[in-house]
Amino acid sequence: MSLQQTTTPVAPNPIKPKVKPTGFKLFIKKCKEQKVLLLMSLPFLIWLFIFRYVPLYGWTMAFQDFKPARPIFDQEWAGLEHFEFLFTNARFFEVLRNTLAMSLINLVLGFITAIGLAVLLNELRNLSFKRIVQTISYMPHFLSWVVAASIVSYALSMENGIINIVLMKLNLISEPILWLGVGEYFWGIIGGADVWKNVGWNSIIYLAAIAMIDTEQYEAAEIDGASRLQRIWYITLPGMKPVIVILLIMNLGYILESGFEAQYLLMNPMNMDFAENLDIFVLRYGISMGNFSLATAAGIFKTVVSFIFLFSANAIAKRLGEARLF
Amino acid sequence: MKLLAKFTSRRRSLDDLVFDSVNTVFMLALCVVMLYPMLNTLAVSLNDATDSVRGGIYLWPREFTLYNYEHVFNEAQLMHAGLISVLRTVIGTALSVFCTAMVAYTISRQYFVLRKFVTLAFVLTMYLNGGLIPTYLLMRELSLIGTFWIYIIPGIIGVFNLIVVRSFIEGLPETIFESARIDGAGEFTMFFRIALPLSLPVIATISLFVAVGQWNQWFDVFLYNSSKPELSTLQYELMKILQNSNASMSSRTAADAFANAENVGNNVVTPTSIRAAMTIIVSVPIICVYPFLQKYFVKGLTLGGVKG
Repeated sequence: MSLQQTTTPVAPNPIKPKVKPTGFKLFIKKCKEQKVLLLMSLPFLIWLFIFRYVPLYGWTMAFQDFKPARPIFDQEWAGLEHFEFLFTNARFFEVLRNTLAMSLINLVLGFITAIGLAVLLNELRNLSFKRIVQTISYMPHFLSWVVAASIVSYALSMENGIINIVLMKLNLISEPILWLGVGEYFWGIIGGADVWKNVGWNSIIYLAAIAMIDTEQYEAAEIDGASRLQRIWYITLPGMKPVIVILLIMNLGYILESGFEAQYLLMNPMNMDFAENLDIFVLRYGISMGNFSLATAAGIFKTVVSFIFLFSANAIAKRLGEARLF
Repeated sequence: MKLLAKFTSRRRSLDDLVFDSVNTVFMLALCVVMLYPMLNTLAVSLNDATDSVRGGIYLWPREFTLYNYEHVFNEAQLMHAGLISVLRTVIGTALSVFCTAMVAYTISRQYFVLRKFVTLAFVLTMYLNGGLIPTYLLMRELSLIGTFWIYIIPGIIGVFNLIVVRSFIEGLPETIFESARIDGAGEFTMFFRIALPLSLPVIATISLFVAVGQWNQWFDVFLYNSSKPELSTLQYELMKILQNSNASMSSRTAADAFANAENVGNNVVTPTSIRAAMTIIVSVPIICVYPFLQKYFVKGLTLGGVKG
């Protein structure tokens, strides 16, 4: 530590200067000394400003009657008109319902399956078998949603779909079902597809959490005669709790992000009433219909709600004395 | 007493045996669920298109043919889309990884004056973004729409990757940098000669993430460049095929599939067979690469997850 302090380039001279520069002067002095570091990061700070912060200014569009042909600074103000339209629009509530439903299904299913898989992988004795299973389970994560959607729609198809074939063989259904043609099935299909694609990947972080658990606890439990299931229940799962809580908080911040690609790619006119979520709504109103103001208003609604969820989840975790994000 | 101990240990080992067997069977079933769809698609892609309509293709082609692939490779538009996919993946990954590593290096230096500010500015954007429409309008203002560079520039630095690399460089022993500084090395030299080579494991990880992201991306093509066929990518072409078959789904029967079949000489392709071949072509590069980087990305993800 002391070595680090004495040799930082900020104070390379062991003899103290007569007047120690403070505040702004010190800042300028440091900047001059570190001009190479500044040169390496400033271009990207400018990039960041243009591509990530300038679009925030676009939020003003939600309060205007935005006409793309006119200059950005010469638009007519519309107050909260677009928000009023949204909250009196039946379609918007349907969209909101779909978004929340799919998001919750994905969240719950995703958590349970990933935690379950991590626990079971951890119990495998044969390490090379474990590695092979892991490698295979990661594969779908690396495939694009276009490929995944193509696979899902083929597996669910009427004539040659494996799902229909298996269910028919098991006598669970008497004739093939057009799965993607019935809106009520859509949330389940998305949930299943999401688990198929991401369960292996999501289990990585939990496996890492399990690896951090002190092995002495398992040895002690074994001596006390705890069974495998008891060890999982009383040692493994409690040991994963901090990671689970942190990930839960992070995911609650994304509660209105039910995903876009899967829904968009598997959507068709027959299941649209259950498939359309906020992102698709924004795309449809904004890009397809050119109603930029309304689409932006919906986007703002999404961000604001996400923030509220993130902060409340964090506050709840704090009160419960759990690990938290900030 | 001895007998009791023996009894309990045997009971426990029986419990263990049951647990292990059930677990192994479950894992095998999981592997089947993960692999079957890909293997089935492979079989369909290698099967004669008209024969596939009859159904019953599972893991092995019934009437083997390479014609579906030949058809895809003969289509100039698809070949060009493949070229664009490769270009955006190579250029995008190289630029993104280099820039990300450079910024990560600067914010890993504890003495850097803007360290906190730059870090905060980047991390904030994980939760705050302008949304689809304002971003779209910005791209239009910047005249990036309809160009190749819209695939590269807007996403050149990923915040998650930045944090992962920063954490890794921070973990490198500070003494190496110290001795280099005493030898008169500047920041550039230290970045190129020390930080970059020593961070190779994490560089491999984010290269994989960025490359996969670039290769799999179709939304930016759809949103910004759908009117520019010369900038289309493989994923977007596959997406269009998928959308067409979705749209015609309500009235899809075997007869329709025959009617949709495209007759070229003696050989026939159907949307299903083309889709299968395209799916395999698009997936093979990724399936060949990711297992070799497994060790790295598991580590990288854990690091980013804990510290980010």
